[in-house]
This record gives sequence, structure tokens and C-alpha cells, in this order.
Amino acid sequence: MANGRARDLTAPAAMPVVPIRHPGRWVAAAVVVLLAAMLAHSLFFSHVVVNGRRRERFEWNIINQYFLSSEILKALGVTIALTVVAMAGGIAIGVTLAIMRLSPNPIVTGSAWLYIWFFRGTPVLVQLLFWYNASYIFPSFSLGIPFGPALVHFNLNTWLTPFLAASVGLVLNEGAYMSEVVRAGLISVDEGQTEAAQSIGMSRFMALRLIVIPQAMRVIIPPTGNETISMLKTTSLASVVTVGELTFNVEQIMAADYRTVPLFMVASLQYLWVTSLLMVGQYYVERHYAKGAARQLPPTPLQRLRRGLLIRPGKAGYGSFGELDGIPFVKDPL
Amino acid sequence: MTQVMVDAHGVRKRFGRQEVLRGITLQVRAGEVMCIIGPSGSGKSTFLRCINHLEKVDAGRLTVDGQLVGYREQGGKLYELRDREVGRRRADVGMVFQHFNLFPHMTAMENVIVGPIRVKGEAKPTAVRRAEQMLSRVGMAEKFDAYPRQLSGGQQQRVAIARALCMQPKLMLFDEPTSALDPELVSDVLDVMRSLADDGMTMIVVTHEIGFAREVGDSLVFMDEGVVVEAGPPKEVLSSPSQERTQIFLSRIL
Repeated sequence: MANGRARDLTAPAAMPVVPIRHPGRWVAAAVVVLLAAMLAHSLFFSHVVVNGRRRERFEWNIINQYFLSSEILKALGVTIALTVVAMAGGIAIGVTLAIMRLSPNPIVTGSAWLYIWFFRGTPVLVQLLFWYNASYIFPSFSLGIPFGPALVHFNLNTWLTPFLAASVGLVLNEGAYMSEVVRAGLISVDEGQTEAAQSIGMSRFMALRLIVIPQAMRVIIPPTGNETISMLKTTSLASVVTVGELTFNVEQIMAADYRTVPLFMVASLQYLWVTSLLMVGQYYVERHYAKGAARQLPPTPLQRLRRGLLIRPGKAGYGSFGELDGIPFVKDPL
Repeated sequence: MTQVMVDAHGVRKRFGRQEVLRGITLQVRAGEVMCIIGPSGSGKSTFLRCINHLEKVDAGRLTVDGQLVGYREQGGKLYELRDREVGRRRADVGMVFQHFNLFPHMTAMENVIVGPIRVKGEAKPTAVRRAEQMLSRVGMAEKFDAYPRQLSGGQQQRVAIARALCMQPKLMLFDEPTSALDPELVSDVLDVMRSLADDGMTMIVVTHEIGFAREVGDSLVFMDEGVVVEAGPPKEVLSSPSQERTQIFLSRIL
């Protein structure tokens, strides 16, 4: 217990400990509280008068009215679906390209390099517009023997829906970026790991899958989270090719009832809460792959909160540290 | 005559312009413990890595247990082996590295069983049972669930030895296994190696531990600038070296 521990340590227990004071923190806190109050006032309690008509500054009633409306929720679903498809496809292509770039075969390395060069070198918006208009160049699409008879035949005018065109565009583009993220992870793992894996008889591929990639994940995840959050908002570009996602639907509603600012607020708030969710998810995925990387995993925010509530003020001094860090997070550390 | 485990004849290796091995010829018999000493840059680690095909030999002939390393000989031609076939041969040769190279995302137990299960296709209970024996043998019975980062250097190296042993190799290669350890931890690792030698394991040990070489080694090789300068029974080489270079090296380290 806190007091018991403190008593064991003769010198610190014998003399009172005067902790460092932090007056700067109080000043900073006061400034922050003041600014927050001003912001809250402006957001929730202020009004404007336009043409003699008085209204709420941010029109929360209108935001409220649209926030959970079916058009918005349906559009949010499309946005999330597009993000999931783009990231899943992008990661798959990225992993493939990263492994290709590390291949000893120069043709394989070269083609991966060429792909990345092209898709990183042209704007996503242009790529989306290209796929949207792909049926202009390829009115139909056949699978069969090259330069020989076709086996399956698609009419792209009917097959290439806006959603599919946007998905293809985003996947291909994201693949190029993800490949660099994955490659950074792969080269961050020490060469000795591959050698050790090979020395117990693993093939290069098995060593990559069982030894290198799990360790590379620690480096890969933070930028992948970044890419995912970025992608959530990049999907708004799909509005240009008439995909009914969040930005597109918001613009449609605006065109009908001119509630421009409140509707942009609705869209922003929707993006914001999904982003928050993604950040929480990333935190836990990172924790999972930190296995073996730290002697003890840091506590989760929940654990930190629980402990914060358990520690009574005035006791968080010398003796209580053992208790603070006492909750084991790694199954039997030593 | 006892069986020859490693047979090297005129083995050469160059990295770019620098020739690291300039014709190594030596034999290791089954059950023999050979220690290789020499100044850094003499090519002793490179030679060890050639035996496991972590480096490709440029010229000469190198066989392990009668099989050519990295190649298949057929009709007067050498066919380069595929990655998978190289792996199959490496599985019979254990290797212990200077920096342990344990897999940090796996516990000691997982490090030791991953090879038998994934490479040899053993059932998990069988692999775990042998892993328990091997880890206990190297004095790590209490640490099955510890991650490498929670272990001292000496403990990590002993797990690394257990990892190699669990593949049931016919030859063990040690690449300066105690060079990265605190002095007080060295003896734990050397004790494990000594007991392996007593059990008749064929071992090639690149080391700076002259005491170990003298007591445990059956033969001692002194390498310098990519060639074998002197070889023979450890006591002879150490007490009355015939070559001047050996004398100079020994006078510096003893």
C-alpha cells in the first residue's frame, strides 16, 4: 500500500517532500478556460441580426434537423463504404507493390516503380474523372485470350457505375501511397531477423510473413491510420463524379433549400466523429502490435481514467507511484 | 575413419573489390569442435555464413555432410538451388548469431517452436515438449513466456541456442556468441556450449574466448586476411604457434 511503501524507505519517509510548484500551468489553464468560454458562447449562445431578422449564429436547430436525416445517414454510409473499399484495396495493392520493389527480379521492381511513379504523379481528382469517363475510351471490356477470342464481355456504359469508378480510382491511387508506407515498415526490420529466420530453414517468403511483417506493422500502422483518416475525407472528391456520398448529398440538399453553412457543419461534424472513431481504433491496433516491443505496455485511456479516479488527491506523492504503475499489462512480465 | 561433416576446398568470396576469403581449405569431422580465431576482418564470420549459405561462395567447393552448399551437382554442372531447397538444407544446420537475433514479437517458447512447426511441420504438442526440454537444458525453464526484451543478453543467447537445437541440427555454427555479452554473463553461455560439445555435437565456433578454445575445442584455426594461417590441436597452436602472424595475434590478446 502507498503508506506502507513510503515507510519502508527510511530517508524519504523521515523528511517531508516538497514537490515542484507549477504556477505556469494555472496561468495557462486560466487562458484556455477563457478562450473556451468565448468559443462556446459564440457557438451556442450568440445571435446575429440580418435584414432585421434575429437568428442563432450557428443555427443549431437546422443542423439538428439534418444531422440524423435519412439522406445524410445514407450518404455517410456511402462515404464509409468508399473509405473501406479504397483502404482495403489500397493496402492489398500496397503490400504487393512493396514486396515487388524488394524483389531481386529487375522487371518486377521496375514495374512496381513505374506504377508508383504514375499514380503518385497525377492528381486523384483527375484519376477519378478518368475512370468516370473510362467508357469513352473503352466502351466495352472483354476477358479472353489476348488478341484472340473473347470469353466474357462487359458493356462498360452500364457496368461502370459512379461508385465503381470512384472505388477503382481511389484504390489504384491509394495503392501507390500505401506501398511506400509498407516498404518503409519492411526495411525498418533488421536484416538479422531475416537471417535468423532463414537459418532455421524458412524460405524468404515465410520469413517475410512470420517474422518481418509482424514487426514491420509497428512502423506501418501510424501512417496507415493517417492514410485512412485522410481517405475518409478524400472520398468527398467522389462527389465530382456524382457518387451519392456525404459531400455530394449535402450539396444536393443545399441546392434545394440554400441552408449552406448549417449543412457544411453537418457534413464536417459527421466526418469528425468518424475520424474520432478511427483514431480510437488505431490506438488499439497499435497496442496489439506493440507486443514484445516494450517491457510494459502503456495503460489504455480507460485504465488511466480508472486509476485517476481511484487515486485520492493529496496521495499522489512519493509513495503512491508503485501503486500507480502496479497494474500489470503484459501477461506476467518477468 | 570418422565421417567428414564440413569439407571446404579453396573457398573464395569477394565483396565488390575486396576479396574476403582467399582460398579456405579445411575439414571438420562429425563430433568435432572447431574454434576459429583471428583479427576482425579476417573473414572468419564470412566463412561461417558461407557454410549456411547466408553468403554465396564465389569459387571453390564447400560441402556439408556430403552435400554441396547452395548447389546441386548433376552431369558435370552445378545447378543453383531454389530458395526452398536451400531452406531445407539450412534446417539441418543451427546458427547462433553475435546479436542473438531472437524474434522480438514472440515469447521465448514461440521463438523456439516456430521453426519445428512451420518448417518441419511438427505437431504443436511435440514441438512444445521438445522446446521445454531444450529451454530447460539451457537454463531457461522459468522464462517460457518472457519476450526477448525482458531477458538479459546471456538469457537471450541461451534461448537462441535452444531455438537452433530444436531443429535437431547435425551441425551448429556459432558466430562470436559471447562478444555482445557483459563479461559476467559469458560463462553461462559458454557452459551451455561446453555441454553441447560433451554430447558430441559437431560445432564450428568463431570466438575470441581463448580459454574456451583451449579447453573445449578439438581443433583451432587461426585466420588472417582471408586465409587459414595455422591450424591444429588448440594446445599446440596456442602454446607453440609456428607462424609469426599467429604469434603476434596471440601476444596481443593473451
